[in-house]
Amino acid sequence: MTTFDFLLQGMLVAAQPMNLFYALIGVTLGTAVGVLPGIGPALTVALLLPVTYRLDPGGSLIMFAGIYYGGMYGGSTTSILLNTPGESASIVTALEGNKMARKGRGGPALATAAIGSFVAGLIATLGLAFIAPFVVKLALVFGPREYFALMVLAFVTVSSAFGDSTLRGLTSLFIGFALAIIGIDQLTGQARMSFGIPDLLDGIEVTTLAVAMFAIGESLYIAAQGDQGPDKIEAVKGSVWMTGQDWARSWKAWLRGTAIGFPIGAMPAGGAEIGTFLSYATEKRLSKHPEEFGHGAIEGVAGPEAANNASAAGTLVPLLTLGLPTTATAAIMLAGFQQYGLQPGPLLFATNPQLVWGLIASLLIANFMLLVLNLPLVGLWVKLLTIPKPWLYAGILLFATLGTIGANPSVFELGMLLAFGVLGYGMRIFGYPIAPVVVGLILGPLAEQQLRRALAISQGDVTVLFTSPVAAVLLAVAAAALIVPLILRARGRGQVLSQLAANED
Amino acid sequence: MKQFFLASILAGALALPAVAADYTIIAPANPGGGWDQTARSIQSVMQAEGISGNVQVQNVPGAGGTIGLAQFASQSAGNANALIVGGYVMVGAILTNKSPVSLNDVTPIARLTGEYEAIVVPADSPLKSMGDLVEALKKDPGAVSWGGGSAGGTDHIAVGLIAKAAGVDPTKINYIAFSGGGEALAAILGSQVTAGISGYGEFESQIKAGTLRLLAMSSPERLPGIDAPTIKEGGLDVVVENWRMVAAAPGLTDEQKAAVSADIEKLAKSAGWQETLKTKGWTDTYLAGDAFKAQLAKDVSATEAVLKDIGLVQ
Repeated sequence: MTTFDFLLQGMLVAAQPMNLFYALIGVTLGTAVGVLPGIGPALTVALLLPVTYRLDPGGSLIMFAGIYYGGMYGGSTTSILLNTPGESASIVTALEGNKMARKGRGGPALATAAIGSFVAGLIATLGLAFIAPFVVKLALVFGPREYFALMVLAFVTVSSAFGDSTLRGLTSLFIGFALAIIGIDQLTGQARMSFGIPDLLDGIEVTTLAVAMFAIGESLYIAAQGDQGPDKIEAVKGSVWMTGQDWARSWKAWLRGTAIGFPIGAMPAGGAEIGTFLSYATEKRLSKHPEEFGHGAIEGVAGPEAANNASAAGTLVPLLTLGLPTTATAAIMLAGFQQYGLQPGPLLFATNPQLVWGLIASLLIANFMLLVLNLPLVGLWVKLLTIPKPWLYAGILLFATLGTIGANPSVFELGMLLAFGVLGYGMRIFGYPIAPVVVGLILGPLAEQQLRRALAISQGDVTVLFTSPVAAVLLAVAAAALIVPLILRARGRGQVLSQLAANED
Repeated sequence: MKQFFLASILAGALALPAVAADYTIIAPANPGGGWDQTARSIQSVMQAEGISGNVQVQNVPGAGGTIGLAQFASQSAGNANALIVGGYVMVGAILTNKSPVSLNDVTPIARLTGEYEAIVVPADSPLKSMGDLVEALKKDPGAVSWGGGSAGGTDHIAVGLIAKAAGVDPTKINYIAFSGGGEALAAILGSQVTAGISGYGEFESQIKAGTLRLLAMSSPERLPGIDAPTIKEGGLDVVVENWRMVAAAPGLTDEQKAAVSADIEKLAKSAGWQETLKTKGWTDTYLAGDAFKAQLAKDVSATEAVLKDIGLVQ
């Protein structure tokens, strides 16, 4: 049988009524879990694993697929509506999405996230089916020095993309770096800056920081304004659905986000967040409406959300082709496969084609289910914003706290949540962007580890960082991204100054 | 609102301590890892075999298990229903992290499973045998980069022991720590490092597919079904086993200890557990009572010595 026949056969199995029902349970649970900060898809799959043992392999794979895609998508809903990212990959979504929601455009923001996730999931899953062996070869080319070059590129693009002032963006980024130093150093096993506190040994949890900075900081900010808060939330202004212009501005962003997210997700040390950061920076640079960024640009939601879901499919590339679980969720899915006597690895496509194609078909079905479940709910979700402010923010505080305790039951963690919330509040008051702090916490340790690994392997020879073609290209792009705007700025100084003046108000 | 409702139930279920549980098992790692899988396997077998009606697993990740261990030791004292999963990696982590809580602060019950270390190179590597690898190591220790798991863990310790046995200064080894097996495997497959070291299970499918070459195993003798010599056969007296165990809370009475030990023995001897070992590819290394205590003490002192040699512990 050819690839296509296998896929069709898988679709037939996955489309049976009972399996569709499992898919629905999966995406519902996954979305719920994505919505709640702190509880990730990994823990949900782990909790459900014993339940699915009683199902046939097809049924449980479909449920896993649903939870997996649902969890990746669910985080965007709270990001957009409540400025509370459910997980680290939807932090970027909060930047533009929440601004849109406050202007009464929550509906289009949610819709572009849902449809973008679907489009990205569809393309990336097909990519998984047909080009996985090639993508994985590309991913293996990435060693420590290539990852380091990728991180440098991410830093350069990200620090210029968040907020109006590069200096403030960099300040925030370095706060994130400082926080990232805390904890056990991966390469030597020695504790750094933990001051003998056991809770700090494992470093600062990204979700705790993100939830604190966004949700708690926001709640404090709103509470401090009292009744005089200038920015009244409008639940719905105009259509709940996307307008023709929204579509026109979204579709390219979806495709670009997919193109960025899928290969980065496939890299063993890539991860979903980097794709979302790069996608946001790309959209901001390419947009015809750059002035809207920071005030609710739809491309800033469409691109990162597509990148997020595309990278979820990308993660499955090394899992299925190499047996490499690169995320916690993938590791648990691997354990699930083993339960059915499957050994993911280079031979899996040859030895168990039925199940592999069954899984890929399940992913397609789950992806479709997600759209079916979430598009009709958009109208319901935006009503959340009509809840009176005191109740709404009390609810946000409750969910933020519950999620943090759920993920890490410790008093110290709650203390950190509060402390970072106050920090987030302070940064808001003084006009510092908060997203770069979280970016610094996520990317800082990755960049440091990869740089040190590269130098350890080369025994201290710095030139290796530039001698690999891939790394050299990435660094060159990073340098261009840094220098070109400087040249443009020098040329059109008058224009820039007038824009700066415009930003002052 | 359905989502919120479900989410609240889920959060409630996770946040509240399980009141009715016969056993609560702490997995001191993230979901998905070896300890988590061990804890969840114990959970399902104990329930299926009727050893315990209700078993809960709680993940307390971080710092090679020492965060979970510290929390377990302080919060579960005297609680005969509390268990924690741990293993050899924890022994190393306690020493490198200077953890205030050690295995002396809990009640080790039994060793359950074990896995030997495999030493591999990419298929296109010029190194054809363990002898070649040791030669290269002797010539220039820094030029041989080893990819493996976390610093101070089993993989790192094994490399230290190999260097020492080969007469190479263990502080000179070029060990590249990766978080999680996946990332290390990718670096080995991509020929980013000279050699790789980890549990056999991590490499099994690659070895079978011919993309990695298995040079040696860290077992005392050759293992059935694995076509490779032991490190010992190459003249280096190194045997390393990454074992996993289960421990009970501190401060138990002798009767409580006996009851927990009996339940664990029932678990280890059950058909369901043996079946689980088979599907997961784990080796049964069940060892309990005084024999386990003596073995544990031996492992701790040997680990301390090698970590001092590598320079991770002063």
